[in-house]
Amino acid sequence: MFTIFGVPSAALFGQLLLGLINGSFYAILSLGLAVIFGLLNIINFAHGAQYMMGAFVAWMLLNYAGIGYWPALLLAPLLVGAFGVVLERVMISRLYKFDHLYGLLLTFGLALIIQGLFRNQYGVSGLPYGIPAELRGGQALGFMFLPNYRAWVVVASLVVCLVTWFVIEKTKLGAYLRAATENPTLVQAFGVNVPLMITLTYGFGVALAGFAGVLAAPIYSVNPNMGADLIIVVFAVVVIGGMGSILGSILTGFALGLVEGLTKVFYPEASATVIFVIMVLVLLVKPAGLFGRAT
Amino acid sequence: MRRSTLLATLAAGLLAGTAAQAQTAVKLGILNDMSSLYADISGPGSVVAARMAAEDFKASEKGLKVDIVSADHQNKPDVGSNIARQWYDQDGVDAIFDVTTSSVALAVSEITREKNKIFMISGGGTSDLTGSKCTANNVHWTYDTWALANGTGSALTKQGKKTWFFLTADYAFGAALERDTGEAVKKAGGTVLGSVKHPLAGADFSSFLLQAQGSKAEVIGLANAGSDTTNAIKQAAEFGITQGGQSLAGLLIFSSDVKALGLQAAQGLVLTEAFYWDQNDKTRDFSKRFAAKFDGKMPTSSQAGVYGSVLAYLETVAALKSKDTAAVMKKIKETTFDDPLMGQVTVRADGRAIHPMYLFEVKKPAESKGPWDMYKTLATIPAAEAFRPLAAGGCPLVGKS
Repeated sequence: MFTIFGVPSAALFGQLLLGLINGSFYAILSLGLAVIFGLLNIINFAHGAQYMMGAFVAWMLLNYAGIGYWPALLLAPLLVGAFGVVLERVMISRLYKFDHLYGLLLTFGLALIIQGLFRNQYGVSGLPYGIPAELRGGQALGFMFLPNYRAWVVVASLVVCLVTWFVIEKTKLGAYLRAATENPTLVQAFGVNVPLMITLTYGFGVALAGFAGVLAAPIYSVNPNMGADLIIVVFAVVVIGGMGSILGSILTGFALGLVEGLTKVFYPEASATVIFVIMVLVLLVKPAGLFGRAT
Repeated sequence: MRRSTLLATLAAGLLAGTAAQAQTAVKLGILNDMSSLYADISGPGSVVAARMAAEDFKASEKGLKVDIVSADHQNKPDVGSNIARQWYDQDGVDAIFDVTTSSVALAVSEITREKNKIFMISGGGTSDLTGSKCTANNVHWTYDTWALANGTGSALTKQGKKTWFFLTADYAFGAALERDTGEAVKKAGGTVLGSVKHPLAGADFSSFLLQAQGSKAEVIGLANAGSDTTNAIKQAAEFGITQGGQSLAGLLIFSSDVKALGLQAAQGLVLTEAFYWDQNDKTRDFSKRFAAKFDGKMPTSSQAGVYGSVLAYLETVAALKSKDTAAVMKKIKETTFDDPLMGQVTVRADGRAIHPMYLFEVKKPAESKGPWDMYKTLATIPAAEAFRPLAAGGCPLVGKS
């Protein structure tokens, strides 16, 4: 085996693969944020809390109703998405006519309240949630041991990301959505129910966060702070990719997962900050983000 | 008839109340992480424990009026320092207790020395508090990194696990834990192959675990705490690290962490603690009363330590009828406390409280008889061996007294 900068290539490949896995979480979360921002112009700071809710709903389904991982993978995003729909109808929809900042403050406040409620009820140590029996174990790849569950995370998030991108960019429904954000009045004049479409879009973005939460439950500890730790990084990903850019957020998510993975090999102490360093550089050089359109 | 008895009792109570004007008022501050990764280790439970100590001591009958305040230091030394300063300068706090997170504990220790008050540490771990950074105002009650390192580090090395690799949380506590364990391992005839430092409160440890796996060390020592440790253990199981023949040693695991992991993921883990709820009649009695007040949760060793240290402080102040820092510290270091939870406790010149420590192993799911039945005792480390020898700490106070 050859070495790269003193690190055996086998270890390096392993780290790159792990980076890709973390990148899938960044991608799926930043995608939800990008969809919501791109189509609603709302900076959804409650995204981390909604991700955490996804994991908790999966745990609750298992412990209170005996419903396992696979149904939860569908049910939890639906429930969290429904919660998002209620939020949008009751609170967020009142803020569309104001500046972005109001939406940000509202969702940030909501995130703190949701996290506080869960913390009060469940404490901070976290709750156990096992890996589903079908995905236990793993494959020896020669350069590393790849747990089956991690492989599933990459596949699932890639599929979800690509389907979302396809629906928004390539279908008639997506075209309506994009048109409605450009000029809601005109689209409504064609007989399209714009407020309903906006509500469902927010619900969908939130459901994506819930989906990521269920994916995360078996590998990260299910605790009320899990979203708060992640959301800041995800926002940096969205800023780097370009606010509102669907494809940008997916690609940046995976790419930054890789960069972070490499940092963990060469200088682990900086692995928590490297993404923010990149964010600063991107903002200086290309303020609209790597894939964003300057307005 | 009954009403008149009630009135009489009330009147007597009021009289006692007036008599209590001559009482000494003491104000205790419980400072720890109330909401983040260490909140289940200490957090609001420590406040419950402190209140129980004040009640059990029957403070008002002994001429003390106890007031307990608490605050969240958010694991930030600057936040912790500001609270400590305000408590001492403006709020009339006499002593601060608990303080999880070593970096904050060191900051509070410095301010306590400056203000000449008393600091009784339970949740904070670094052995520097009674070593190079010791002060005449510190009592380190429950555990420290040296005791954990010594307990788990030497025990495993002596069992034949000679090579170690560390996963270390990148701050004061992690560094101290790694250093102390490394020394214990070397002393017991083992070698340390390397270590990797990870950021505090990370979620994904797979990358670091892979590096640990690559080191081929027999033991991977987790020099971290709270959700960092539980995440690492959970993911180590996922990456087949234990199946591959490497052992995991949790260098700071509290019962709340084991509870969060579940026995399925945590079974077989060896760890050192100062207290477990199910040790004897006294610990069981305390723990059941504690659980009744705290959502059915059993106390951690850190919370038990807050109970013990508050009790010891109140006992000393009541005996002296004075809060004078020098007098109280002198008396604390002369007394043998009969702590209901940790047994006979004495405090050395460097501020280290001395009591037995215990080596526990996490039970297999089949061995557990209830949701809180988690540990079996492997060994009792006698008080004389449990902590760093007085002369080895480099505390400037040693030899002067």
